Amino acid sequence: MQVAAAKETIFQVNDLNLWYDDFHALKDVSLEALNNEIYAIIGPSGCGKSTFIKTLNLMINMEPGVKMTGEINYKNKNLLDSRVDLVDLRRKVGMIFQKGNPFPQSIYDNIVYGPKIHGIKKKSELDEIVETTLKDVALWDEVKDRLKSSAMGLSGGQQQRLCIARALATKPDVVLMDEPTSALDPISTLKIEELMSELKKKYCIVIVTHNMQQASRISDKTAFFLHGRVVESAETGKIFSNPEDKRTEDYISGRFG
Amino acid sequence: MNSRITDRIATGVFYTIAAIMVALLLYLFYFILSNGLPQVTWDFLTSPSSSYQAGGGIRDQLFNSLYILFITMIITVPLGVCGGIYMAEYAKPGKITNFIRTCIEMLASLPSIVVGLFGLLIFVNITGWGYTIIGGALALTIFNIPVMVRVTEDAIRSVPKEQKEASLALGITRWHTIKTVILPYAFPGILTGAILASGRVFGEAAALLYTAGLSTPTLDYGNWNPFAENSPLNIFRPAETLAVHIWSVNTQGLIPDVREVANGASAVLVIAVLVFNLLARWLGSVIHKKLTAGK
Repeated sequence: MQVAAAKETIFQVNDLNLWYDDFHALKDVSLEALNNEIYAIIGPSGCGKSTFIKTLNLMINMEPGVKMTGEINYKNKNLLDSRVDLVDLRRKVGMIFQKGNPFPQSIYDNIVYGPKIHGIKKKSELDEIVETTLKDVALWDEVKDRLKSSAMGLSGGQQQRLCIARALATKPDVVLMDEPTSALDPISTLKIEELMSELKKKYCIVIVTHNMQQASRISDKTAFFLHGRVVESAETGKIFSNPEDKRTEDYISGRFG
Repeated sequence: MNSRITDRIATGVFYTIAAIMVALLLYLFYFILSNGLPQVTWDFLTSPSSSYQAGGGIRDQLFNSLYILFITMIITVPLGVCGGIYMAEYAKPGKITNFIRTCIEMLASLPSIVVGLFGLLIFVNITGWGYTIIGGALALTIFNIPVMVRVTEDAIRSVPKEQKEASLALGITRWHTIKTVILPYAFPGILTGAILASGRVFGEAAALLYTAGLSTPTLDYGNWNPFAENSPLNIFRPAETLAVHIWSVNTQGLIPDVREVANGASAVLVIAVLVFNLLARWLGSVIHKKLTAGK
């Protein structure tokens, strides 16, 4: 047991309840995500895992009819009761979506989009951001000669990595990933997984996946969601080898879901 | 009757209706162009219309039509695009939004002669301007704005949700997202809509009868001072447009070649509207390709 390395708590969620109009989608969810760790959220379709990850940067507010109670503490600030600055929050809490969604612009422009609007104007600074973030996502060697060509010409896996680079360019603390590899082939998936292990050295990562091998391969902690509740959350090793709850065991052994 | 026969009958009916529509359009074109095109000469397009003698042209009317169209679009496009952005991005679904939408649709379906009379009251009499280009343009604005709002709203709604999410998730404000992601993506749709609306404005007559008037002062095309009486650019002068001209020579023309002038003017009008439509399609597809191609 590591006792010494006290990792910083990034997210502390307490008794989060969420409704879409009358539908109770999240029930008493409590979780804690630490810095430099990968937190995996698994569960069958419709269990609320995507809804949950979208609450962490309040992208959920885009959906109509959402009501929430409880606490989502991001670095000791409750996102639900104070008047949070969404712009600030989302700059610090980056998000990667299921399918790579680059803007129909050049690779370079995709990455500098965030930093530019957040006020970085100097060309040399922007150039540096492009280079470091592309290196961070291991895309630099593949695209360094065509930074000015359209991002739409990249392969699916490259587009997804570009989107990760784009999210890193605003210098976040956390990267949220909503099934980032579900639309990718196995080789691209592997690359993204390697990338995540690299990224956790600098960031806190929360990932939603319904690929259980993926969760067990890369994550430090895992939470199993079912019907809007957290059935079990623990060290990934423990969840997969010695789950406490029968339903967790049934799910990870493939008996349903 | 078994379902296969019903299916055949249904298919037949739809084909027939489509064929009737195409045939009607082709006949109309054939009729207008075959009668009108022989009249359309360079001389016809570049000489002023005459009041009593034969051989008048449509120079001023053509210019007036284009100029009123231009002024109308300058007023309509910004207002319509802003309205469309509001409807697509800001308006919360509910009673008020539904009310606004109903109003917009009503505005779009107002008979143009009513808009013309309304324009006569407001832009001609109350303002004291008399028949003016600006009055005509404002009257056209009234039924052009709903179209622009609608077109913009549809174009913005068709922007993929992922694009919007991508930008918002980077901590970009809503307005910046609209400006830098949504509007560029929606641009081809908005442009196509604007050009199609232009076609309608170009051919409008009833709303202009009482607002821009039936006459045009003698114009000096060398005078580009927009405040001069005889300048074509003066927006406070009366201006008879092509569509209005067709109507007026037919109903009260004293020239001996009424038919020829009307036919020629109609041909020019139809060709212009046709060009607007083709241009809209072509531009829309070119820009769409440019945006999505993995160049």
